Amino acid sequence: MSIAPASDHAPALRSRDVADHTVPSGREESWRFTPLADITDAITGSTALDGGLDVEWTADPDAVVERVSAGDPRVGRSFLPADLLAARALDACAEPIVVTLPREWQGVARVSVRGRGEDAAGHVVIDAAPFSEGTVILDFTGAGRYFGALEVRVGDGARLTVVSLQDWDEGAVHVGEHHAAIGRDARLLMGHITLGGSLVRLAPTVSYGAPGGDAELLGLFFADAGQHLEHRVFVDHDTPHCRSSVLYKGALQGEGAHTVWIGDVLVRAQAIGVDTYEVNRNLILTDGARADSVPNLELETGEIVGAGHASATGRFDDEQLFYLQARGIPADLARVLVVRGFFADVLQRIGQPDLTRRVMRNVDARLGVDSMDLETWDEEHGA
Amino acid sequence: MTTLDIHDLHASVETDGGAREILRGVTLTVESGQTHAVMGPNGSGKSTLAYVIAGHPKYTVTGGSITLDGQDVLEMSVDERARAGLFLAMQYPVEIPGVSVSNFLRTSVTAVRGEAPKLRTWVKEMKGAMEALQIDPAFAERSVNEGFSGGEKKRHEILQLELLKPKIAVLDETDSGLDVDALKVVAEGVNRFQEDGTTGTLLITHYTRILRYIHPDFVHVFVDGRIVESGGPELATQLEDEGYERFLKAGASS
Repeated sequence: MSIAPASDHAPALRSRDVADHTVPSGREESWRFTPLADITDAITGSTALDGGLDVEWTADPDAVVERVSAGDPRVGRSFLPADLLAARALDACAEPIVVTLPREWQGVARVSVRGRGEDAAGHVVIDAAPFSEGTVILDFTGAGRYFGALEVRVGDGARLTVVSLQDWDEGAVHVGEHHAAIGRDARLLMGHITLGGSLVRLAPTVSYGAPGGDAELLGLFFADAGQHLEHRVFVDHDTPHCRSSVLYKGALQGEGAHTVWIGDVLVRAQAIGVDTYEVNRNLILTDGARADSVPNLELETGEIVGAGHASATGRFDDEQLFYLQARGIPADLARVLVVRGFFADVLQRIGQPDLTRRVMRNVDARLGVDSMDLETWDEEHGA
Repeated sequence: MTTLDIHDLHASVETDGGAREILRGVTLTVESGQTHAVMGPNGSGKSTLAYVIAGHPKYTVTGGSITLDGQDVLEMSVDERARAGLFLAMQYPVEIPGVSVSNFLRTSVTAVRGEAPKLRTWVKEMKGAMEALQIDPAFAERSVNEGFSGGEKKRHEILQLELLKPKIAVLDETDSGLDVDALKVVAEGVNRFQEDGTTGTLLITHYTRILRYIHPDFVHVFVDGRIVESGGPELATQLEDEGYERFLKAGASS
């Protein structure tokens, strides 16, 4: 089974069949930023993706979280791999995880996936039944390389929040597409928090099956020396009267820290009445770090409510530092305040206090400050 | 009793054409209980004096000294100076997105006082100080200086002055861009800060207008990087009538 491309920005081909895909050269638009050498063996298949993962979950109230067989019909129902690595990963994944939020279910499910330092393939399906109102937190930690997709279906009238936290150990690799299919009048908030891992390349993609869908994509990433953190957003407005709002913010420090943000939004000819806006902001804290930011808005119809994009990458403002220091705040704490402040709106919109706290602890540690100094911040921001 | 002692201070700024000297031998002593007004035309270097006292990295001190009660201020980092008891109310306070006023104030007060204020008394203290400056309580949840009007920025500076209660306050053109009502509110804040006689104020201004509300004990005329004349309040009256003309000519011929 395969689907032909519809646009310049849509993936060239989607197919579950490994034989349908070719090995990328690295010159392709979609791969040109990625350090392919770190994953070439996984792409070509010279390394088997048969490593293990430790998976745990909780759900309150009970939602069905299960590990299913590779042939389960819910796997690959709304998602097909767009490249060879994704096809290999899906092919190699022996035990996909399926999270099912029942009709009108309200609650929170947490799934943690921990790498054991091996080369592993995974696949996660989140199936939010109509009129469910749930939050699913995916928490990726540990070591090794993880290749695999997230396949989200938001049923009609459902309201789903999915947050994927990439908090891998140094040296870890995580590559995968996070695809969401949004039903009629359904709302999805998809958050990406990428902190740890040497190479993380996520492709959040959204498509709408019916009018009234609303997607809010939020991201936060912090790259240190030697980290490559890449987020490639593609919102496919294929349906009338849907909305999308995209906001990703990144901080960078250290020699060779590299972030990539691609924001492709396609409004197809039939997608009248669409409202879309995408923003990427990057804050460079030191010399030697590099942020690539490429917003891309393609409109095939003018009959829309609104469409826009913005991208800005700036250096840490020494005048902010001076102002805070002139109020007695030591330089390291002042930097923490500025970076925390930079991320504040994304975290507030993601709205998960425990994750906010975890990000703040991470920011503090990277900037060399004891988190106990900043208790007030937590109180005010509900963490 | 506190003394800020500035002696023969020289400072320069790096430009494309090399180092340019802006302060050319400033000598000034501010003691607690005193209010000094430093007045001068645009480009005279009076704001540079304020920034050099606070330790802005843009300026290099090439000679002279600044001491606070005998301690060498020039050896201190910017934040050390603030914790030692120096305060600069800025002419153009910067925006800090995502950092709320209340968080900023509490972090700052904690740093300067050396311990975190108790949450309950702190909220009361902050609200009281905001009320005195006619600042809307909702202000506390806004990001520092983000989207503030000119008057709000200045009131926010004076709010910090009152909460941090430094030994010596340097006010850099705090009056500029304020309407009369805002000017009165800000001046009342400075007077409250100064009233118990334990603190000193160095008021830097271009105009005499603010001196109707804040009464200086000493007035200094600042031209071409140094103080060219000092006197009492009557000097301000004279400047109001005559402007800086006389001093500019004197500076040009020297």
